[in-house]
Amino acid sequence: MPNKSPISQEHLAYLRSKKVYKKRVIAAQILLLVGFIAFWELAAVLRWIDPFITSQPTGIVRTLIALHREGSLYRHIGVTVLETVAGFTLGTLMGTVIAIVLWWSDFLAEVLDPYLVVLNSLPKVALGPILIVWLGQGMRAIVAMALFVSLIVTILSVYTGFAQVDENKIKLLKSFGATKWQILQKVILPASVPTIIAALKINVGLSWVGAIVGEFLVSRAGLGYLIVYGGQVFRLDLVMTSVIILCIAAALMYQLVVIFEKKVLKWQ
Amino acid sequence: MRAGPLVRIENVSKTYHSPEGEISALQDISLNIAEGEFVSIVGPSGCGKSTLLNIIAGLTEPSAGAVYIKGQKVTGPTSLVGYMPQSDQLFEWRTIWRNVLLGLEVLNKVNSETKMQAEKMLRTYGLYEFRKAYPSQLSGGMRQRAALIRTLAINPEILLLDEAFSALDYQTRLVVADEVKQIITRENKTAILVTHDISEAISMADRVVVLTKRPGKIKNIHKIILTCESHTPIGCREAVEFRDYFNRIWKELDVHAE
Repeated sequence: MPNKSPISQEHLAYLRSKKVYKKRVIAAQILLLVGFIAFWELAAVLRWIDPFITSQPTGIVRTLIALHREGSLYRHIGVTVLETVAGFTLGTLMGTVIAIVLWWSDFLAEVLDPYLVVLNSLPKVALGPILIVWLGQGMRAIVAMALFVSLIVTILSVYTGFAQVDENKIKLLKSFGATKWQILQKVILPASVPTIIAALKINVGLSWVGAIVGEFLVSRAGLGYLIVYGGQVFRLDLVMTSVIILCIAAALMYQLVVIFEKKVLKWQ
Repeated sequence: MRAGPLVRIENVSKTYHSPEGEISALQDISLNIAEGEFVSIVGPSGCGKSTLLNIIAGLTEPSAGAVYIKGQKVTGPTSLVGYMPQSDQLFEWRTIWRNVLLGLEVLNKVNSETKMQAEKMLRTYGLYEFRKAYPSQLSGGMRQRAALIRTLAINPEILLLDEAFSALDYQTRLVVADEVKQIITRENKTAILVTHDISEAISMADRVVVLTKRPGKIKNIHKIILTCESHTPIGCREAVEFRDYFNRIWKELDVHAE
């Protein structure tokens, strides 16, 4: 609150118009979703489109209920969520640890720089078949996939974050006689928490890509598996249902990271 | 035991090397600073005045010569010296209290005694109520005070102020310089201030050292005696001698707009 004096009429009008505008945005958002679903259903019922290849909302709901009754729905969601969470947690942790090693040794950072650039531009999905050969046809390969997709980009962004920490803050610590370990612990890491969380946010999305692609290649369970299986047997209801669940799960996980960010960065 | 000056700078030179060549930043600087003295160092930009401060702080090694504090040669940072960098450099993610303890943490000296000292200073200088606040919640002047307490918490004998107020706007700067000077006087510390602001240098110091353009050499040393009642930096700016010192130093700095 910039001032505590009684609020003027003009300011009240301003606040009201702000609120009205916000409500209009939300109403439009809901309308867009509902309209899209209604139009989709209508088009399918009236045979403007062929629900066999486009599916339809009521079909998706039916599939959802069937999967729920079978009890397999939660197993599939659980498998994919587990792979993704393992992938981005490991990717962020390992990426940060490697970034610390590079910060510690300028020599090593310079030596490894071209390799990191090449690895960063490589589409990590291409490593899929290799990972399967090395780690077997199972969850391990999929987690590795989810991890690799986010690892290099984490290393590069966190390392850049470390390098951008204010020289004067480091100098201040050095003037107290701080060791390199203390500089890491007291300034480099805490100052880079926002960078690490930004990396985490990107990694959540990337790890979904890794996990789903991994499931496309090898799995016997998971949302990626359902999508591939549904596509192969032409059950588009199943494919669409899985995609929608995926949307919701990915959005929820992103929100969790945002909540975590607010908790950790309360000083901002 | 009262033998010799607190700080003895002996024939200090510094050369920087880079692939483009070498730059001589300081040449043959010798200066003694007595206990309790406040010395300002002014010079044209790039004259190596901050380098000199870094050498005294043990952050930079001189190419030749040496600095002695209490007769001991400086080979690295010691807790005899408190260094105040440009702008306050409070850590945004730490509360004021944890910022104040930073130096003690690094030195592994956080104990009930040092904590009590720090707490007492926070009370004396009006920051105790803000000990749980984050730096972003404080005004520029309060932040500067917190930064000074952080430096004083390790109980140094010499304070090095490296353009410490340059990030503040003019009015805040005057007030903060006043406060800092009073605190330094009250705590009985020796101080060396590097600044490009001639008025600031004169108003705070007992002596003003003028450096030449790069490579920095000592051009002149002015003993500052101002007749003013309040003996605060702001009050001293009113003194009749002030203009005179200002003009002399200004001429010595030999500044041309290029």
